[in-house]
Amino acid sequence: MSGELSLAGVFIRLAGQELIAPLTMTVAPGEVATVMGPSGSGKSSLLAFICGTLDPAFAAGGSVRLSGLEISGLPPERRRIGILFQDDLLFPHMTVAENLAFGVPPGPAGRRARRARIDAALAEAGLAEFGDRDPETLSGGQRARVALLRTLLSEPQALLLDEPFGRLDIRLRTRFRQTVFAHARSRRLPTLLVTHDPEDAAAAGGPVVELTPADEDGDKAPGLSVIVPFRRRP
Amino acid sequence: MLADRSVLAAPPFDDWNVVVSQARGQTVYFNAWGGSERINDYIDWVGDRVAAEYGITLAHVKLADTADAVARVLAEKAAGRTSGGSVDLIWINGENFAAMKAQSLLFGPFAEALPNDRWVDIIGKPATRVDFTVPVDGLEVPWGMAQIVFLYDTTRVGEPPRSMAALLAWADAHPGRFTYPAPPDFTGSTFLKQALYGLATNPAALQQPATDSSFAEIAAPLWPWLDRLHPLLWRGGTTFPANDQAQRQLLDDGEIDISLSFNPGEASSAIAQGLLPETVRTYVLDGGTIGNAHFVAIPFNANAKEGAMVVANFLLSPEAQLRKQDPAVWGDPTVLATDKLEPAERRKFATLPLGIATLSPADLGPALLEPHPSWMTRLEAEWRQRYAK
Amino acid sequence: MAAAVRQVTSAAAAGSHLWRRLDLLRACPALTLALFFAPVAAGLLGTALPAFGWLPVLGGTQLSLEPWQRLLLAPELPSALRLTLTSGFAASLTSVAIVIIFCAAAHGTRLFRAVERLLAPLLAIPHAAVALGLAFLLAPSGWLVRLLSPWATGWTTPPDLPTVQDPLGLALALGLVVKEAPYLLLMTIAAMAQVEVKESLAVARSLGYGPMTGWLKAVLPRVYPQIRLPIYAVLAYSLSVVDMALILAPATPPPLAVLLMRWFGEADLAMRFTAAAGAILQLLIVVAAIAAWRSAEAGFTRIGRAWIAAGRRGGNARTIRVAVGVVMVALLALASISLLANALWSIAATWRYPAVLPTEWSVTRWLREADDLGPLAWTTIALGAAATLCALALALGCLENERRHGLRVSDRGLWLIYAPLLVPQVSFLFGLEVMFVAVRLDGSWIGLVWSHLLFVLPYVFLSLADPFRSLDERYARSARCLGASPARVFWRIKLPMLRRPALVALAVGFAVSAGQYLPTLFAGAGRFSTLTTEAVGRAAGADRRVIGLYALVQAIVPLLPFALAVLLPARRAIAAAARPGR
Repeated sequence: MSGELSLAGVFIRLAGQELIAPLTMTVAPGEVATVMGPSGSGKSSLLAFICGTLDPAFAAGGSVRLSGLEISGLPPERRRIGILFQDDLLFPHMTVAENLAFGVPPGPAGRRARRARIDAALAEAGLAEFGDRDPETLSGGQRARVALLRTLLSEPQALLLDEPFGRLDIRLRTRFRQTVFAHARSRRLPTLLVTHDPEDAAAAGGPVVELTPADEDGDKAPGLSVIVPFRRRP
Repeated sequence: MLADRSVLAAPPFDDWNVVVSQARGQTVYFNAWGGSERINDYIDWVGDRVAAEYGITLAHVKLADTADAVARVLAEKAAGRTSGGSVDLIWINGENFAAMKAQSLLFGPFAEALPNDRWVDIIGKPATRVDFTVPVDGLEVPWGMAQIVFLYDTTRVGEPPRSMAALLAWADAHPGRFTYPAPPDFTGSTFLKQALYGLATNPAALQQPATDSSFAEIAAPLWPWLDRLHPLLWRGGTTFPANDQAQRQLLDDGEIDISLSFNPGEASSAIAQGLLPETVRTYVLDGGTIGNAHFVAIPFNANAKEGAMVVANFLLSPEAQLRKQDPAVWGDPTVLATDKLEPAERRKFATLPLGIATLSPADLGPALLEPHPSWMTRLEAEWRQRYAK
Repeated sequence: MAAAVRQVTSAAAAGSHLWRRLDLLRACPALTLALFFAPVAAGLLGTALPAFGWLPVLGGTQLSLEPWQRLLLAPELPSALRLTLTSGFAASLTSVAIVIIFCAAAHGTRLFRAVERLLAPLLAIPHAAVALGLAFLLAPSGWLVRLLSPWATGWTTPPDLPTVQDPLGLALALGLVVKEAPYLLLMTIAAMAQVEVKESLAVARSLGYGPMTGWLKAVLPRVYPQIRLPIYAVLAYSLSVVDMALILAPATPPPLAVLLMRWFGEADLAMRFTAAAGAILQLLIVVAAIAAWRSAEAGFTRIGRAWIAAGRRGGNARTIRVAVGVVMVALLALASISLLANALWSIAATWRYPAVLPTEWSVTRWLREADDLGPLAWTTIALGAAATLCALALALGCLENERRHGLRVSDRGLWLIYAPLLVPQVSFLFGLEVMFVAVRLDGSWIGLVWSHLLFVLPYVFLSLADPFRSLDERYARSARCLGASPARVFWRIKLPMLRRPALVALAVGFAVSAGQYLPTLFAGAGRFSTLTTEAVGRAAGADRRVIGLYALVQAIVPLLPFALAVLLPARRAIAAAARPGR
C-alpha cells in the first residue's frame, strides 16, 4: 500500500553554488510527475537525493516523506524507492533471473516460490525463456524491460525514472513508456520522471516541474516553475 | 704473539657436565654459509650426532653471507635484546671476528675452557690463537684451517706461475685467462696481501701496524705491478668476479685458467661434486702462501649458549675433525695437533686420503702469517681508489 | 500504517547492525596506516639516523655529516650512479615502449591473445631465475656460444667478451625488460578491460584512423592513468634491483643498490654509516626519477595532444606490428629459455663448455631435495597466502571506505604505503628489525606476516585501486535502491565485478611475498625457511644445478594464482563494468 511522495524544501548545493532552489511538491499515488530541465540543471542529483545516494560532495537538505514517513534520514536500502536509469545497468555477472532475484525482498517464501514469481514476471513481460540468459545477449529493449521488472519485483513504494527512455528507438520508447506508466498507475506508485523530452512529460500527464539553471554569471538564481498539471486525454 | 694456555678471564662455567646437562633439549641455531652441499651435509651429520649424544637440536640457518647474521645480532643489540637472541652459533672468519670483538658482540671467553680445546694445535697452527693478528682471547673456537692455494686446469696450463713476477709474465702470454675477486671480498683482499708479500722488499714489516709512510714505502711496488697486470686480466680488468665461488665457476666454464681459494681441499671437493673438471690441480707459490683459520663463535645474547658451547666442543672433537678432513665428506684441514691424539686416531688422520687435487702438507708448505689488519684496510682503500671506478 | 511501523522498527534494527559494520570498515584506512606507520618510521629512522652518524650500538653518538663525506668521496660512486641510471631508465623506457606499441599494433590479433595466455608462467618465474637463465644464455661460455662453437667460431675456449656483466648494464636492462614488460602488459590488459576498447576503436576506425594510431589516440590516454602507478613501481624496482644485478651487472663497479648491499655486509661495521647515507641517496634517486618521469608525462601529453589534433590517420602499421610481435615473442622466448636452462641444469650432472646439452644427466639432486622441498613450499605458501589475503582485505576495505564515507587515504598516507618499495630493503630492514626485536615480535609468525605485508600491500593496492575506482557507481546505486545493504552490494555486486583485478592483485602479491629473502630472514630471525631463503643460501655456492632446481620450484609456486588471474576469461562482467554515463 503506497501513499504519496512529498518533497518539502528540498535543495541541493554544490561548492556553494545552489543547484536546485528549495523545491516543494507532492506526487500522488499512481501519478507521474515530471522534472524537466536542460543538462546540468541537477535533475539526476535530485533523484539521487530522494533515493539517498547523493554524492557527499553535494550539500543537500529538505524533507522527503513517503506515505507520511520521513525517509530523508534512512539509508537507501530502507527507503523502498526504485530507480531506473538510462542504461539498464543489469549486473553483468549475473543471469537475467539472478538479476531479477536480486531485487526480490527476502521473505519466508522458499527458493522455488521466488523462482516461480520471477518466471511469472518474465512471462508476463513476454520474456518467458530468458531467465538463464546472459544480459549481454539481450537486445536493448529486452534489457530495459528486464530492468523495469527488477525494480518492480523489489516492491518499491515509489518510482524514480532518470531518463530511462533515452536509449531506446522511437517505437520502443513509446511502448516502453506506456508499460512503465501503466505499471506505476496500476500499482499506485508515486513516480517522478526526469527528462528533457517534452513528449515524455506529455505522456506522463502529471505535474511538471521545470528547473532553470542558474545563469553562468550567477545573476539569476536557479528557479523552477510548476506548470499546472494537465490531464492526458484518456 | 702466541697466547699461552692460561685463560685470560674466568670461564663462564665451572663444571662442564652442568653445561652439558643444561644443553639437553635446547635448539641451537647455527648460522653458517649454505652454499656448499657437502658442508650442508656435514652440518646435518653434526646435527644427528649432537642430537644422539647430547639431546641438542641443531638447526642450520643457511646464509648467503655471514653479514646477514651479524646485522641481526647488531639490530638485537641496538634494540636492547641482551638475552634470547636469534643467533646461537655463527661461522665466521677473521674479518668478521675483529669487528664483532671490537663491538662486544661476542660471548665469552669460553673457547679455551672447552674440553676438546686441548687437542688444538696452537703451536703448529698459531692462527688458531691469533686471528688476523687480533688475539682470539677465547671468544671464538677454531674450526678449520685455511691457506691460499691456486687452482689451475692442467689441460690448459703447462707449468703454473709460482711467483708474482711469473704470474705477470704468464698473464702476458695468456691475456684474459686470470683474474681475482675484487676487494673487499675476503679472497680478493688476501690475493693483494699475497702479492704484497711477493713484491715487498721487507715482508716482515707487514706484521706491524701500517703507518702512512710504511704503507707508502712497502706497497710501492704493488701498484705498478697491478697497473701492468690489470689489462691482461679477464675482461681487461674492467670488472672482477664478486667472490671466490663466482671465480670457481669461471674456471669451470673455461673462461679463465687459474683461480684461487682459501681451502686447500676445495679443488678436490669441487671435482667430486662435478663443479670443476677432473684435470684441475692446485699449487702454492714459492715462499709460501697466506694461511689462517676459520672459526665458530657465539653472539653475546645467544639464546642457547650451553647448547652452542656443546656443539662447538663437538666440532673440535677428533671424530668431527676427522670426518671434516675426509675429502669424501668436506676436505677441510683440521685445527688439531694430530701428535696429541691417541695413536688410533692419529693413524686415522694419517691414513686419510688426500683429495685428487689436494697438496700434501709437505707440498703445501708453511703458511705465511696474516699481516696486521691495518694493512688490509689501507690496501683495500687504495685499490678501490685506483681500480674501482 | 502497520507497514510504516514495521518499517520504522526494522529500520532501527538495521541501523544498529549497520552501525557495527560501519565501525569496522571505517577503521580500515586507520588500521592500514597504523600497520604501516610504525614499521615505515622504524625503517626510515633506521636508515636516516645512521646516515647522519647516529648509531649508538656502533658508537655513533653524535650527528655528523661524515658518512656523507665518505659517500661522496667513494671512488665507486660515479660509476655506480651511472650504471644504475642507465640500466634503470633503459629497462623502464624499453618495457613501457614495448608494451604500448604491442598493445597498439597487435591488439585483437591472434598473437595478442596467445601472448596473453602465456603471461601467467612468465610472471611466475622469479627474477633471479630469469637472470640466471639469461646469464647462462649470453655468457661467453654460455648456451649461444656453445651452439656455435667450436665449429663456427673456432673458439675452443670461451672468448673474453663482455656479453654479461657489461659495463653499460645492457645485460641487466635486458633481464629487467624480460620480467617487467610482461608485468606491465598484464596491468595494461587489466586496465583496458575497464575502458571500452572495442567501441572506441570502432569509432576511431570508422573515422579513418589506422588500428595502431587509433589505439594510441583513442585508448592510450585513458589507459595510461591506470597503469601509471605500476610504471612507477617498475621504475623504482629497476633502479634498486639487487638480485638480478648481482648476476647480470658488473661486480666492479656495481650498480648503487648492489654497492650498498656490499657496504652493509662489510665486516668493517663502520661502513654501515656510509652505506646508510648511500641508502638515503638511493631513495632520493628513486623519488627524483619518478618525479622526472611524471614531468616528462606532462611534456608527452602536450606533444600527444598536438599529435591528436593534427589528425593524421596513420597507416596499416603492418611493419610495426610484425616488428613488435617479433620483439614480444623474443622476450617470451628469452624467459622460456631461462626456465628451460634452469630445468636442464637441475637434471644435469656434467655440462661443460662446449657441450650444447648436458653430457651426464642425473635426477639424484631432485631425489635428495624432495624431502626438504615439502616443508619449504608449505611455509612459502602459507606465508604468502596470509600476507596477500591480509593485504587484499585491507586494500578493499580502504577502497570501499573511500566510496562509502569519502575517507580517502591521503597523499601522505599513500607515501607511507609505498615507502617500502622506495627505500632500499637492506637498510629499511635494519630499522625494522630493531623495532621488531624491541616489541618481541622477531621470530614470530605475526612479525613475519607483518613484514611481508609491508611489501605486498603496495602492489596489491596499486593493482586494485584504479579498477575499483572506475567501477560504474550506478550499479551500486541500483543495487542499493533494490534494497541491498552496502555490505550486500560489496559482496554480491562489486567484488564479483572486480574478480579479475582482484585475482591479478592476489597473484602479484603472492609472487612478491614468495620472492622475499631479507624480510623473511630478518623478521623470521632465521626460524622460518622458505623456498627463497633456501634458494639464496644455496645459490651462494654458485652451483648451477642446485640453483636451477630451486629456480624451477620457485617458479611453480606462484604459477597457480597467476594462471587463475590470466586465464580466467575476461568475463563480460569486467568488460561491461565501466560504461560511460557519469
